[in-house]
Amino acid sequence: MSIRPYGDTLNDGKVQLSFTLPMDAGAHGIAYAKELARQMGLPNPEVAHCEQMGEGFSFYVVYGMVPFLVNPEQVEVHQVETQAMTMAQVEAFIRERLGREIVFVGASTGTDAHTVGIDAIMNMKGYAGHYGLERYEGVRAYNLGSQVPNAVLIRKALEVNADVLLVSQTVTQKDIHLKNLEELVELLEAEGLRGRFLLLCGGARITHELAKELGYDAGFGPGSYASDVASFAVQELAARQDAKTRTQEN
Amino acid sequence: MTDKLKLDRALIAQCREDANTIALEVQSMIDRHTTVSVERSALRLMGVNGVDDFEVPLPNLMVEEVRKDGDLSLGISAYLAGALEASGLQLPEFCEAYLAGQAGLLGHPLPDRERTARVLAPYLSVSFERIARNRRYREEQLARSNHREPQVYVIVATGNIYEDVRQARSAVSAGADIIAVIRSTGQSLLDYVPYGATTEGFGGTMATQENFRIMRQALDEVGAACGRYIQLVNYASGLCMPEIAAIGALERLDMMLNDSMYGIIFRDINMQRTFVDQYFSRSLNALAGIIINTGEDNYLTTADAVEAAHTVLASQFINERFALLAGMPEKQMGLGHAFEINPEMEDSFLLEIAQAQMAREIFPEAPLKYMPPTKHSTGNIFQTQAVDTLFNAATSMTGQSIHLLAMMTEAIHTPFLSDRHLAIKNARMVHSALRHFADEISFKEGGLIQTRAQTVLRQAAALLRNIAASSLFDALEQGVFADVKRRRDSGKGLDGVLEKHPGYCNPAMDHIREALQ
Repeated sequence: MSIRPYGDTLNDGKVQLSFTLPMDAGAHGIAYAKELARQMGLPNPEVAHCEQMGEGFSFYVVYGMVPFLVNPEQVEVHQVETQAMTMAQVEAFIRERLGREIVFVGASTGTDAHTVGIDAIMNMKGYAGHYGLERYEGVRAYNLGSQVPNAVLIRKALEVNADVLLVSQTVTQKDIHLKNLEELVELLEAEGLRGRFLLLCGGARITHELAKELGYDAGFGPGSYASDVASFAVQELAARQDAKTRTQEN
Repeated sequence: MTDKLKLDRALIAQCREDANTIALEVQSMIDRHTTVSVERSALRLMGVNGVDDFEVPLPNLMVEEVRKDGDLSLGISAYLAGALEASGLQLPEFCEAYLAGQAGLLGHPLPDRERTARVLAPYLSVSFERIARNRRYREEQLARSNHREPQVYVIVATGNIYEDVRQARSAVSAGADIIAVIRSTGQSLLDYVPYGATTEGFGGTMATQENFRIMRQALDEVGAACGRYIQLVNYASGLCMPEIAAIGALERLDMMLNDSMYGIIFRDINMQRTFVDQYFSRSLNALAGIIINTGEDNYLTTADAVEAAHTVLASQFINERFALLAGMPEKQMGLGHAFEINPEMEDSFLLEIAQAQMAREIFPEAPLKYMPPTKHSTGNIFQTQAVDTLFNAATSMTGQSIHLLAMMTEAIHTPFLSDRHLAIKNARMVHSALRHFADEISFKEGGLIQTRAQTVLRQAAALLRNIAASSLFDALEQGVFADVKRRRDSGKGLDGVLEKHPGYCNPAMDHIREALQ
């Protein structure tokens, strides 16, 4: 069934916008804001709020109604397709299916100085009650911290014979995170190492879809925990192991 | 002194004693060493400035020349004084000749300490007079401005200094008192200070002397229009900590992020390098009347804010002691802490109040810098705005001095102009609504808040006692702060640390030390 956004009635299509204009507040600003909303495809927009914001800027809150319906079943979804497991389930899976220690090497790469993302996934304590990979039985986790050059990450991964590379990009401006992420894939490909590691990335602006586009095996956005990353990694490693066994048997 | 928490005064005194023991051990290492950045700062304070055709700064060229083929452990000053005497040139002409490849620092007789000081004195006095003038001007302006605490501190970070100016002016019009220009990501690891006005950066704007000057001028203008003196902040941190302090003092910055351990823990800068550099930069900040902002808030972004609360307090005691050893009075110590407890946790606000009030009572003269929630911020901007309002309330209720505003789009992107505007409005509203609230409240005897603060103080005292019994170097190697472990002989910038020769001299440092006596 096709639907619209829900304000206070089914299919009323109400959406809210806020934005800044580089012009003073006033009748002109309000008229501009309405025209902007109309060109965005929102008929009869309402400017609920307009205020002056320092020299030559104004701020708006605008409500509009989306005039079209979209069928959610016809929307393409990109998401990690492995089954989500708990920490205990991941540990059992490693014991039973993989039968060896799994090595993760993670870092916040490039110039990104923030470790909050990689720490949330890797550090013992984890985040929001979800323990990090260091706590997992059957996992050896190396967290290299922040501002790690891609080349250093690769060197470490080779040194400890990593199974999985985790790259975190927290703060971004002008899409610098994309360049960092692309560069890692290029480096791995140039050295013929792309197939050797499972390559995962995460961060505030990362989606699974984006990660796949960039050449990663999976991407984890906000609200992902260590168990999500570990679930994907161990199942994917098992799938690859099975595929390899089959090839050898043939 | 306010005593709402019934903290054990004897225990606080013990913390200070242990912090003193800890810092003195490090200070003896500091006194025996110099660094390439300290030497470059001495040159900058003599007026050595400019870059060559490859954008390499002149102070770097000179220090590298002596490091490579001379003996830098004698200090750069004697080499420069010797070269000036031998060439018969004044320093500005000498710098021109140096950049043109027609002069060098080596191959001349080295004057002794006294002669070195005499040759360089005219150049140093120009800078130190300018720094003293800057200090007087700031003090007069601040005395005239009707500024009230908490002072509203916001950040601009576009990468383009001219765009930063536009955003800063807008923020000041909305009510900001303090503007920090965030540095471009990665600058802390550059072993030189870039030159000139810059229009590109990532996550921030390059700290250069020209960028400082441009922003200073803009804030003076907009401040005059608003009838307030607007304070400017940058980062005396990273590998060029002392040099940034030097150019900041010359361009009348008012605050500097400057922590005795932050670079070690969060940037993997070598600990010896950081300790030596922080001493020089703190001494200079002290002389220039610049308020430092320490970085304890960062511990809580990696470690848990409830479990690691005492490490923040212990670090504040250590930062206080290092600052005192550098000759800095309490009123210039913007000790840092943060509102980072998970807001979903029951009574989290009470624990935050306990921590903030504790810092206020233990460091009554310090212009405490209170940092906003970031760790638990999500893309739900409405939720973030609500948590930020609690943070603003805690700031007012516990008498914090420097209030770094929280942004509703934390964890999403560098703030939009409107994010900053809404944050300032929120903070202004809360501060006004709660203006005298702190005077009206006391805490329940033996209640949650008192008990929490007393517990954190006891834990901090135990930690300081432990560190004092071994050493700060060991504590850093064991990962006591922020769960990060650093080795004494690893990290960036170690190769720029030199043990001073018995004949070492540094008239710039001597001047600073004498003036601070």
